[in-house]
Amino acid sequence: MIRILVSRDPIDLAAEAARVEQAEVGAVASFCGLVRADDGVDRLELEHYPGATEAALDRIAHLAKARWSLQAAIIVHRVGPMQPGERIVFVAAAAPHRRDALDACAYLIDRLKTDAPFWKRETRGADARWVEARDSDGAAAARWDDI
Amino acid sequence: MPLTILYFAWVRERIGLSEETLTPPPEVATMADLIGWLAARGGGYAEALAEPERLRAAVDQNFVGLDTAIGRAREVAIFPPVTGG
Repeated sequence: MIRILVSRDPIDLAAEAARVEQAEVGAVASFCGLVRADDGVDRLELEHYPGATEAALDRIAHLAKARWSLQAAIIVHRVGPMQPGERIVFVAAAAPHRRDALDACAYLIDRLKTDAPFWKRETRGADARWVEARDSDGAAAARWDDI
Repeated sequence: MPLTILYFAWVRERIGLSEETLTPPPEVATMADLIGWLAARGGGYAEALAEPERLRAAVDQNFVGLDTAIGRAREVAIFPPVTGG
């Protein structure tokens, strides 16, 4: 099972996690990213490229399923305006055993950071700015190229 | 041939449009050519597209390098490096 969702609605962690809990699954690894209140950020807005975003996430999930023994992969990403503390992204990998689930989960979020067309805009009071891409995100994604 | 061009994030803000349909001249072969052609329009285009090394592109919704040929694509996009997750 692959589930891809890009939505303006809040992410329901329990509902998403429950989707992969089946009898054959022995391990579920998941990652949830939250909006940080960095240096007084009071609002974060997520822009994306409709159509291309879902296709990119679907490609990442399929690559993970091809690489590890997975029963399910989920990628849920929120778009639109958010407040600090709100969930922005949730990924999960379900497998018979923990190593595949853990590695695939890390792969899903590392690849998402560099391969999916989302852009973050932070607001601090009256000041808004687009977040710059980090070199460390490229390095985190690239480590999956070597192994 | 008419080409739909999408802009995202600060590229969209500086140009002042999220999308438009244009017919570039035949000498515009690659995404880099297109960026140069658009930048020559001046104003917000020049401001948004002044530093191609800060830009990324997609052709028919696939991420590509700026040296990629546009070919018979219907839709291209120009945007900054992505920052999701």
